[in-house]
Amino acid sequence: MATQQTRTLARFMMAPSVFLLLIWMIVPLAMTLWFSFQNYNLLNPANVSFAGLFNYQFFYTDPAFFQSIWNTLLIVVGVLLITVIGGTALALLLDQPMFGQGIVRILVISPFFVMPPVAALVWKNMIMHPGYGVFAGISKSLGFQPVDWFAQYPLFSIIIIVAWQWLPFATLILLTALQSLDGEQKEAAEMDGAGFVSRFIHLTIPHMSRAITVVILIQTIFLLGVYAEILVTTNGGPGYASTNLPFLIYRTALLGYDVGGASAGGIIAVILANIVAFFLMRAVGKNLDK
Amino acid sequence: MARAVSTQTKVGWTIAAWVIALLIFFPILYTIITSFKSETEAIAGFKLIPSGTLESYAEVQSQSNYFKFFMNSVVISVGSTILALLIAIPAAWSMAFSPTKRTKDILMWMLSTKMMPAVAVLVPMYLIFRDWGLLDSRIGLTVMLMLINLPIVVWMLYTYFREIPGEILEASRMDGATLWGEIVYVLTPMAIPGIASTMLLNIILAWNEAFWTIRLSTTNAAPLTAFIASFSSPQGLFWAKLSAASTLAIAPILIMGWFSQKQLVRGLTFGAVK
Repeated sequence: MATQQTRTLARFMMAPSVFLLLIWMIVPLAMTLWFSFQNYNLLNPANVSFAGLFNYQFFYTDPAFFQSIWNTLLIVVGVLLITVIGGTALALLLDQPMFGQGIVRILVISPFFVMPPVAALVWKNMIMHPGYGVFAGISKSLGFQPVDWFAQYPLFSIIIIVAWQWLPFATLILLTALQSLDGEQKEAAEMDGAGFVSRFIHLTIPHMSRAITVVILIQTIFLLGVYAEILVTTNGGPGYASTNLPFLIYRTALLGYDVGGASAGGIIAVILANIVAFFLMRAVGKNLDK
Repeated sequence: MARAVSTQTKVGWTIAAWVIALLIFFPILYTIITSFKSETEAIAGFKLIPSGTLESYAEVQSQSNYFKFFMNSVVISVGSTILALLIAIPAAWSMAFSPTKRTKDILMWMLSTKMMPAVAVLVPMYLIFRDWGLLDSRIGLTVMLMLINLPIVVWMLYTYFREIPGEILEASRMDGATLWGEIVYVLTPMAIPGIASTMLLNIILAWNEAFWTIRLSTTNAAPLTAFIASFSSPQGLFWAKLSAASTLAIAPILIMGWFSQKQLVRGLTFGAVK
């Protein structure tokens, strides 16, 4: 069926996408790599010189660097724990017979469609605010001292906000996977006398394992880059308590005008993301073969 | 599947699910409620029934020219999606209908471009935008978001196109249809639902993109993400105004999102979960 002509046509049809993505992949990254070996400060742009590994050394010896890597990992792991466990529980709940299931579903997935700055500001001002927030109101009515969330637990507060945004995503995907579970299999297991727990362990979990893998990997890609939530709530503080790697790079680049240093950080971020990407590509690639 | 469920059990699940769903939805609900309060009311303590005043909405528009930010969001998200579709449809089409040995590798490679952390290229993109005069321009942001979402668009379209049975083409060819007739009368009607879903999901993603839109715009091209982020400054103390601006910013996307639940799963998992 594929004649020479159609093959040429196919190549021609793919060319714009491939060309654009090729440029998008190579040019900025090559520039970042190049800048990472330069002494280049935007405040003194005439004075650019070769820096060798200085920028990497600078980033590496900056105490904020390890803290930001640690914070990046804490955000990723914390949000994953909450969303995967919570998402599984919610998916199981939403799969039960009930009235108004459609509306419940809509309510649960809504946070995913809220843009990050709105989500973060609403939580910051109206839910977690130590003076007027809903949490503070609850604490006061129970006779406790209200918690100043962003001052006392800055990173944890950000994890909660981000988890709120991603819980719907995990729930929706796990629910989709759950609903594709064969009803007959479930019934057969039930007839064989398998209880809820044993059905869950031996039937549901294996069936959902792939969806869970996909959720973890995709969320990790996005969670490594959490930015707006930090910008509008804590601005990385107090100190560096809630600065993750993206935020540190932003700070170095656009607030410190240090192009070289920020680029070195960018390369480190690429390496981190690549480790995750490797596993995601394998999971998605396997599916393509089916 | 049709198991008899006692009404009692069903009521039990219903109550549990509704309570949890409302808790999850609460921050959004409370934002909407607060948007109908006055500023003094907003900080007066927890109250679920607002006075119903529209003054916050009026103030958001009169003080900040809200409509301009809103239009920037519309232009950038819809524009970048249409641009991405124009570029992606031919590619996805050819990959789905005349795949080669390399099709899978190309798809995987496209996906891999999505893994690049945005901050890693913040510096070069910022400098390129600055040197080319694209900072704070709608065109710049439109192109930027098109590039970011292009891999997802190609992937989604590919998974939809792949489901169009190839035999139908052969059948129509037997019936004497020309290539053009094939495309117009046979393939296009079957492809449109997939294209529409892809469009919907990508407008949502572009609308909510909050890294490049905030960093590469200041005033003229600033979409709603950047506008709302500006409330983190002392202005943020005006809660009713913030709520009104937020409600307007999320309402259109929330409604579109409700219609795109299925596509969302498929698009964001690159077809791995359906």
